[in-house]
Amino acid sequence: MQASPEKLLWMYETMVEIRNYEETMANVYLEGKLPPQIQKGLAFDIGSGPVPGEMHLAAGQEPVAVGVCAHLKKEDTVVGTHRPHHFAIAKGVPLDKMTAEMFGKVTGLGKGKGGHMHLFDPEHKFSCSGIIGASLPPACGAGLAAKKMGEDWVAVAFFGEGAANQGSFHESLNLAALWRLPVIFVCEDNNWAISVPKSNATSIEWVADRASAYGIPGIKVANNDALEVYEAVAPAIERARLGEGPSLIEVKTDRYLGHFQGDPEVYRPKDEVSNLRKNDPIPKLAALLKSRGLMTDAEEGVIVARAKERVAGAFAFARQSAYPAAQDALNDVFA
Amino acid sequence: MSTTRKLTMAQAISEAMAQEMTRDPNVFVMGEDIGAYGGIFGATGGLLDKFGPDRIMDTPISETAFIGTATGAAAAGLRPIVELMFVDFFGVCMDQIYNHLAKNTYMAGGNLKLPVVLTTAIGGGYNDAAQHSQCLYATFAHMPGLKVVVPSNAYDAKGLMIQAIRDDNPVMFMYHKGIMGLPWMAYFEGSSNEVPEAGYTIPFGQAKVVREGQDATIVTISQMVQKALLAADELAREGINAEVIDLRTLVPLDRAAVLKSVAKTGRLLIADEDYLGFGLTGEISATVAENLDTVVLKAPIKRLALPNVPIPYSRPLEQFVIPQVKGIVEAVQKLMQARMAEGVAA
Repeated sequence: MQASPEKLLWMYETMVEIRNYEETMANVYLEGKLPPQIQKGLAFDIGSGPVPGEMHLAAGQEPVAVGVCAHLKKEDTVVGTHRPHHFAIAKGVPLDKMTAEMFGKVTGLGKGKGGHMHLFDPEHKFSCSGIIGASLPPACGAGLAAKKMGEDWVAVAFFGEGAANQGSFHESLNLAALWRLPVIFVCEDNNWAISVPKSNATSIEWVADRASAYGIPGIKVANNDALEVYEAVAPAIERARLGEGPSLIEVKTDRYLGHFQGDPEVYRPKDEVSNLRKNDPIPKLAALLKSRGLMTDAEEGVIVARAKERVAGAFAFARQSAYPAAQDALNDVFA
Repeated sequence: MSTTRKLTMAQAISEAMAQEMTRDPNVFVMGEDIGAYGGIFGATGGLLDKFGPDRIMDTPISETAFIGTATGAAAAGLRPIVELMFVDFFGVCMDQIYNHLAKNTYMAGGNLKLPVVLTTAIGGGYNDAAQHSQCLYATFAHMPGLKVVVPSNAYDAKGLMIQAIRDDNPVMFMYHKGIMGLPWMAYFEGSSNEVPEAGYTIPFGQAKVVREGQDATIVTISQMVQKALLAADELAREGINAEVIDLRTLVPLDRAAVLKSVAKTGRLLIADEDYLGFGLTGEISATVAENLDTVVLKAPIKRLALPNVPIPYSRPLEQFVIPQVKGIVEAVQKLMQARMAEGVAA
């Protein structure tokens, strides 16, 4: 399936926005966490600053999010992972509310009760989880609901290659295949389950090969490339919309940053990231757009500026928003 | 006037599901052996014939997948009823229950409704040993985000089930195997009772005084209610009038009903089939202890529950650890001995 010029431009702009979002967050996250303000002996204080807690950023993994979400409509469901920002942005989750949630503000998606790993946007049908492998079962549920309602909506479960060794992966693939649910299982293989490389954790090279065990298509995307993802995913989306059942897709992608911000990455070869960055998918797509005459240098500048402005606006909104009243901690246990 | 008939608790539960499925097309049932078999403990008996396999869905033995599927389907607007065959099996799927089903509404700041009824069988007394005999309702009540319903009889079970299905939150509906009225397991007759044909609801958080008395309060739940009533009959023959309170739901918990009764009787026994440690008996005791400025006790509180051991298989061992009618009688007699001692001293 050929991507239309509009889709290509949308993927490009969304990737730029995601990258800028993650880089901005990487800096903001460090505010208030580093010496010398904190106690002696600490290198880093995770519970300080405007954005406390763990922070998992997805710089480098943009092609997975945009290549898949470019096929989706608002009624389609996306369930993301503990590293969820790129998926949320690509699914259309409002940047202001998402950022405010990470700042723990009352204007956040969950009024400050979820934080960065627990972003819930029922309107745009996005959710995620801090638990590895937990995205697959609820995506089956969204797929089942679409099927029962007689809609052609699909559900996407994103998960990492580490999650493919969880029981939930196998249970969900079997269930979705058995019930022919409109689910697209997308394995985001960045080769690292925190510090453990895939070769030390997974018995086969391609998780996608496991699709054959459930009688469903297994699709392999060897390069961290938005257009390649877009084209590879197309038949899986179509199959799901036609009611023919799920597919498993695996994308080899690259994690430019640590597992979480502050990760010393002692496990990673020193030159790995600089080598990965040589294949940065964003300039690659820009070059393609220009070679096809779809974007001029001037237009590129406008797109980049526009994306950065949205990100800056979201961070400003989050900073300016109020914290919830402490007593609000007692509300919302039940709907 | 609605016609009533005597139903078993299993029949009452499946009738409640059927009526709600007829009323609301978004309600459906998933679980292991809930279709042609009708549920291992009969909770979904007859539903497959009425509603067909699209709404009465047998699942693979994949509790993580199908309970998570229920959560996802509920988020999308459906109202799943999903069965975990034995509560003891929660170990294979607890992440989807307590980290997702129970917490997502809160983490969404209340912007997400998850109307899932999670039914499960509890309880021992039939020699099924440590992995198939537990109650564990306190485990689920301990963690925020789940309503916990534990009926003791058919009438309550129907009303509470309809209430559960209409609730916009996750509800654990925990039925004791030994009061379901199964043709292959001895059960307490009192659990089968008159049930109106028409649908009705019973609000959560309203305990029921199932027997009035002045001398001592027995607070209990589930099958132990039936045992407590038998014990109260025995006690009445020796002139002790026990009040029996069926909590019916643990979350929400009707603390006021407990305090009201204990204020009247001044004596409290909590009889429970869950573990003694860190559980229901401790919670009820604490409630009374925190209100001793208004509630005057005539004797120290007594607790009967499973000592903290895995439930043993052999009959004499199992009967020893699970509180029985005789144990309830003796515990209340001891509460009353304090009265006699007082009388002597006075």
